[in-house]
Amino acid sequence: MTMEAKLNNKETIVKDNKGVLNTNQIRTDFPILNQPINNHRLVYLDNAATTQKPQSVIDAQNEFYLTINANIHRGLHTLAEKATNAYEKTREHVARFIGGVKTEEIIFTNGTTEAINMVAYTWGEKNINEGDEIVITEMEHHANLVPWVILAKKKKAILKRIPITPSGYLNLTEIEDIISSKTKLLAVSHMSNVLGTINPIADLTKLAHEKGAVILVDGAQAVPHLPVDVKELGVDFYAFSAHKMLGPTGVGVLYGKKELLEAMPPFNMGGEMIDTVTFDDITWAELPHKFEAGTPNIAGVVAFDETLHYLEKIGMENIRQHEITLLDYALKQLTRIEGLEIQGPLEVTNRGGAISFTDPEIHPHDISTFLDSRGIAIRAGHHCAQPLMKILQKVATARASLYIYNDRDDIDALVEALKEMRRYFGV
Amino acid sequence: MSDPLDDMYREVILDHYRSPRGKKPIKKKDIESEGKNPLCGDEIEMELDMDNNKVKDVHVNCHGCAISVASGSMLAEYIKGKSLDEVKKIGDVVKKMLKGEVDNIPDDLSDLDALKGVRNYPVRIKCALLAWMTLIEGVKNYEKGKNHQKASISTEDKEKQ
Repeated sequence: MTMEAKLNNKETIVKDNKGVLNTNQIRTDFPILNQPINNHRLVYLDNAATTQKPQSVIDAQNEFYLTINANIHRGLHTLAEKATNAYEKTREHVARFIGGVKTEEIIFTNGTTEAINMVAYTWGEKNINEGDEIVITEMEHHANLVPWVILAKKKKAILKRIPITPSGYLNLTEIEDIISSKTKLLAVSHMSNVLGTINPIADLTKLAHEKGAVILVDGAQAVPHLPVDVKELGVDFYAFSAHKMLGPTGVGVLYGKKELLEAMPPFNMGGEMIDTVTFDDITWAELPHKFEAGTPNIAGVVAFDETLHYLEKIGMENIRQHEITLLDYALKQLTRIEGLEIQGPLEVTNRGGAISFTDPEIHPHDISTFLDSRGIAIRAGHHCAQPLMKILQKVATARASLYIYNDRDDIDALVEALKEMRRYFGV
Repeated sequence: MSDPLDDMYREVILDHYRSPRGKKPIKKKDIESEGKNPLCGDEIEMELDMDNNKVKDVHVNCHGCAISVASGSMLAEYIKGKSLDEVKKIGDVVKKMLKGEVDNIPDDLSDLDALKGVRNYPVRIKCALLAWMTLIEGVKNYEKGKNHQKASISTEDKEKQ
C-alpha cells in the first residue's frame, strides 16, 4: 500500500478501542526507528527536544532539491516560480493549521527562538520603555526568558513573573497584582517543556488584553501535540518550530496579528525585505516579506507542508487523545517505581507528554547514560530552564517525552530499565 | 567487557560512588577550592590540610553524577600523604589520561585507570575532570601564597581544562 493510501485509510491509523493510534502502522513511516541502539530496540522518548521525521517529509525535502530547487520570489524562470509557489503554499497551510489566520500573518523563521527574538528586537524595542512591565512565568524555557531579561535590562523595564504552585501549575491567585495597567507584555509558554503543564492561554489572553497588554505565546511544545487555534485563543503573537512536530530543523513560525506586524520595524536587514532601496532611503516590503530577509530554508519550508498533511491525516485531536492515554499509563507505571519523583501535574487533562523525573540517589546524567545503554533515548539536564530548576530545587532532571509513534511497549521498556538501573547502581 | 556501560561504570567507580572517601570534614584548611560543571550542575568542594608540604588530610564534598563523585573520591584516596609535587604530577597525568593525551598511567595509579571508560562518552569527560581541575586550581593558589583565598573553577573554562 502506498503511503498516501495508508494515510487516507484512517482505520489503519486510529485503533477503535480507546482511540489510541496504531503505532505499529505509524512506526513503518519512520525509518529511523527501525534500528537497534546499543543492541536494543530504539525507544525514542526525547520528542520534546526534537521529533523524528516520516519518510514522506524526508521525501518532500529531497524532491524539492531533486526537481524544483531555485531561489524564491525574485526569479522569473519556471523553477523559481515553482519554488515560490511551493514555499507560499506552506504559508497558506500553516495559516489554516493554526486556526485560519491571514496568510501574511505567518512569518517563517529558523525556529521558535528566532521568532521570539524577532518580537523582542522589533516590537519590544519600539514599545517597551523605562518603567514598563514585562510579565513572564517561572516555567519559561530560556527562549522565552533570555530575550525579555535582556530587553528589560536595556530599557530599564521591570520583569515580573507568575509563580508556579508545588504541583506545577501557574499560581494565578495573585495574577491581578502581577498583570496591571503597567504591563506591556505577557510572555508565556503554552505547554512547559519541563513540567508538561498546559497553561490557560485563553484566560491569560483575556486578562492581558483587559489591561491593555500584548500576549506572546511560546507554542513550541503545544502545536505538535494539541489542536491549536490562535484566533480562538485570541493571542497577539504565537511562536513554534517545525522540528518538534515531525518537520525539518531550521524552520519556525511566528504568527502575529496583522496590525502589530505592520507597525513593527523589520528584524534582519538585507534582500527580500525591501520595497525600494536607494543609498539614502529604504522602504520596507509588505508583510510577510518584511520579516524574511535573505534566502530562507526553502526546502525545509516546502517539506513542512507535507509535515502538516501528515499530522492532519492522523488528526490533532487523535494525537492528543493518544498522548493522554499513554501519559496516563506512563504516570501510573512511573509513580510505582520506588523513590522516583515526578515533576509537574499528575492530572493528564492539564498536561502534555513531557515527563520530568528524578531519582533521589542517581543523577539524571547517569539515568540518561544507563537508559541509552538499553536503547532508550531521553533527555537529562536543566532543559534550558535554569530558573525553574532552582525553584524545583533540582540541578537537573531526566525527561521522557512522548509522541505519535510511542506506545505502551516503550513505557514498559522505560520502566523496566529504570528498575534495572536502581539495581545496577546499588541504590 | 563488551558493554561500554560496564566500561564506564566499572566496579571500582561504583564502589567509590556508593561510599565516597574523604567525606569527613577537616579542621585545618590550608588549601580550599571549589569547582562546578555548569553543564551538569555538578559541584565540588575540596579542602586540604598541608603538613610539611605534604597532604596530611583531605576533605572532598561532591554533589553530582556517579562519575564526578567517584572521581573526587579517588582523588581523596590518592593524594593523601603525597607531597605537593606528587599531587601536581598525579593531577597532570589524570587530566592527560581523561583527555586522551596519554593512554597509560603509572602502575602506582592503577585504580585511576578505571576512569578511562568515560572517554567513550565525550560529554562525561568533564564530570571526571571536575575534581582534578579543582585540585590543580587550589594548589596553584596555595603556591602563589593565596592560601587565604578560596580557589574556584568551572569545567567550561577552556584554559584550565
